[in-house]
Amino acid sequence: MRYLPQTKKAREAMLESVGVQSVRDLYKDVPEQAFIKGLAKIPMHMGELEVERTLSSYANENHAAGEGPFFLGAGTYYHHIPASVDHIIQRSEFLTAYTPYQPEIAQGTLTAIFEFQTFIAQLTGQDIANASMYDGATACVEAALMALRVTERKKIVIGNALHPHYRDVIASYMANHPDVAVADGEPDGESACVILQSPDFHGKPHAYEAWREKCDATGAMLIVVINEIVSLGLLPAPSLADIVCGEAQSIGLPMSFGGPHLGFFACREKFVRQMPGRLVGQTVDAGGKRGFVLTLNTREQHIRREKATSNICTNQGLCALAFTVHMALLGEDGFKGLAKLNHARACALADALAKVKGVSIENGAFFNEFVVTLPVDAAELAETLSEEGIIAGYPLGGKRLLMAATEMTTDEDIDILVSTMKEALS
Amino acid sequence: MSAERKILGEMMEKTILNGGTRGLNYEENLLWEKEHSDHPGVDLPPVKDFKSRTGLAERGTIGLPQCSEPQVVRHFVRLSTWNYSIDSGFFPLGSCTMKHNPRLNERMARLPGFAHVHPMQPQGTVQGALRVMYELQNILSELTGLPGVCLTPAAGAHGELAGLMTIRRAHELKGNTHKTVILTPDSSHGTNPATAAMCGFTLRVIPTRDTGRMTVAAFREALGDGKDVAGMMVTNPNTCGLFEREIIEIADLLHKAGGYFYCDGANFNALVGSIRPADFGVDVMHINLHKTFSTPHGGGGPGSGPICVTKELAPYMPVPVVVKDADGFHLETEEERPTTLGRMKGFQGQFGMHVRALSYILSHGADGLKQVSEDAVLNANYILSQLKDIYHVPFEGPCMHECLLTDKNQKDAGGSTIDVAKTLVEYGFHPMTVYFPLVVQGAMLIEPTETESKDSLDRFIAVMRWIAAESAAGRGAALHENPVSTPRRRLDEVKAAREPRLRWKA
Repeated sequence: MRYLPQTKKAREAMLESVGVQSVRDLYKDVPEQAFIKGLAKIPMHMGELEVERTLSSYANENHAAGEGPFFLGAGTYYHHIPASVDHIIQRSEFLTAYTPYQPEIAQGTLTAIFEFQTFIAQLTGQDIANASMYDGATACVEAALMALRVTERKKIVIGNALHPHYRDVIASYMANHPDVAVADGEPDGESACVILQSPDFHGKPHAYEAWREKCDATGAMLIVVINEIVSLGLLPAPSLADIVCGEAQSIGLPMSFGGPHLGFFACREKFVRQMPGRLVGQTVDAGGKRGFVLTLNTREQHIRREKATSNICTNQGLCALAFTVHMALLGEDGFKGLAKLNHARACALADALAKVKGVSIENGAFFNEFVVTLPVDAAELAETLSEEGIIAGYPLGGKRLLMAATEMTTDEDIDILVSTMKEALS
Repeated sequence: MSAERKILGEMMEKTILNGGTRGLNYEENLLWEKEHSDHPGVDLPPVKDFKSRTGLAERGTIGLPQCSEPQVVRHFVRLSTWNYSIDSGFFPLGSCTMKHNPRLNERMARLPGFAHVHPMQPQGTVQGALRVMYELQNILSELTGLPGVCLTPAAGAHGELAGLMTIRRAHELKGNTHKTVILTPDSSHGTNPATAAMCGFTLRVIPTRDTGRMTVAAFREALGDGKDVAGMMVTNPNTCGLFEREIIEIADLLHKAGGYFYCDGANFNALVGSIRPADFGVDVMHINLHKTFSTPHGGGGPGSGPICVTKELAPYMPVPVVVKDADGFHLETEEERPTTLGRMKGFQGQFGMHVRALSYILSHGADGLKQVSEDAVLNANYILSQLKDIYHVPFEGPCMHECLLTDKNQKDAGGSTIDVAKTLVEYGFHPMTVYFPLVVQGAMLIEPTETESKDSLDRFIAVMRWIAAESAAGRGAALHENPVSTPRRRLDEVKAAREPRLRWKA
């Protein structure tokens, strides 16, 4: 009961002020049948130490990255998080604030989100960005929905190897729009958009020029999806796109078994009124000082109700802050240096694997992830390696394994992987 | 000397004090406006003989600001001092449930076994993470009386979408394609109609403007013959802070017409551990872990909005769902659950929030959770009892975990809702929710939560009475100037929308 400040005496005094005998009298509108008779499956309250013991025992049942070599990516990446990132996001003023509806006492959050929007716009080569989305997959489907609104067309085209979960999410959402078709290939005159992931799900980076031309010829919008945002420190900016969206977990956030992660959404300024999600804008206060507010909310559900651009209200505020702090620490040289380091580690991994008999690297080009072809079933080998404490990658079916390296990958990790793999394959 | 004094004076204001630092009140410029460093705030190992195998040209200058670690830390710490937070004061934002956020939950979510596991690791290596999800599913099921639980949705609005898509999928597979209408009261959260529209439903509104509650008569009229009705979206307790006292009869009528009852779980803090939504007719409900179960709001997310559904609807809800069999826990996906509406998010939900919520629930236990809802309801009624003689109360109580007042008695004398809110800001409180719900003019929706003491409530009540007294004494115009002691005074929102500046530019 350590989280409840009311005393027995205070409760009695308050009941008297209200003019009732017990709290049950305040529930007089509730039908009798709805009162809980007992909660057999929930234990009685626990002290902090007891909770810590219980949950630590659960955590210890997991194999955490860092306990052994780790080569799994596929949309979520194991990166280092500087200590000061976690320190800043645990400050009470950021951690326990609400959505900044009262801007006079929320300038901290608003300024940080304005900086986040600027970072995302710079990285993606776009004009503007919103205050974040739930994750990459939902950002991607929101981009497709926006393209349907902007073009008033009814066809979504997936141009290359999009993350299979993103594809699934598009399919689920489009069940709500039976008149919308989802197809693979190239855009035509009926397409609202073409979705291009780079690097794609198999780790291959893509150039945008030819896709831009196809879009200009057909009137489709070019949506670029970025899964590994660190790649933007080495690969060209997707500035030819109309919308750039994706996942920014790699900067500042742990993998955390799939969330909370950080979706982002950037686009051309001319589409701003069709954008989903929160936006922070600059203005002045009554004394003429610069300040920031949530703005253009006539797009949003609390004003527009059923005519809103999306039902999204709050997004991933604290995750956006973690990203912003980490980006501030990285700066121009650090961000590019991190990208180069990731690429170099992946090159080292690829070179080591290519020397294993029967193993080959499918990708001619990659950033920090690629497909490895094995002489055996990939899922079976991954399982065998996991028993040896190695998380090898994502089995794509058959003999193909998707493997990633980041700045966390050491030479020793690669040596252990290669020797264990040789043993398993012999 | 006077020339130097003049130069120094200008420098003081423009660069040293950033246009206004005084004492502990810091002015701070943006990262891009600072003096930049020739090295970043991280030290990375150098890459020797770098050779690119990306097949593409190397990226040119991005224009990112570069600062050392002390500069970065100081920047964000200074920004943080401009924020109000629940840790620093009372935050009675209606329907938002700003309660104390225990730090134990933060520590638990950061255990390496939770923070550093990948969502697609072999499931044999993440049994503890799956156990967390499985236990949370069971607990939410026990608290709501609804047996099917999916933890995937990322936030409340995402949970609403998941819930309505579940209803849609059920009707689709049952061949009820004529069921295209969702009923919702005019007091509902904006997300409700927005979600229904996103799902391709049309809306029919149940008027509650005169009563504050749904009546069977108004419901019957909105229902019509019910043939086209897919379901209804209702918040209970509703956004006026009242329990829908005719809910059982309304739910029965809806069910007879073949519709499903979606309950918006925003106000679950009034019920948790005391009242079970399934027992007043709910078929689907989302739970805001960031409200009822105290995962931090973080200045606007991350949230987490699991859904709980009846046995009948469980086959249709999103995947993945954690199940337990002889081999342990595993994530059940589309292959094993062919009737599912599919995947709604990249992975299995905001897992870090699941850990925090479980940590909170274990701390409170079944006994503590019941006390949570009881104290939340008592606190709100206490505030109502102390303010009802001076502020207008549009609908008779008792209220549940939040109380609704309006500015009807103060508005004409100066002291409208916005002035009350901004005056609370001036005196160290976060305001209540203002101008919502839309069914009354000048709404002030006050939700104290259970983590405030009587002393804290009394202080708030005193300020509220003082504001009303100032207004009554004809000093309303002064209230209109508030706040004056905050890092910024009232901001020009019209300018922000008319001349959008959404990023820093040189």
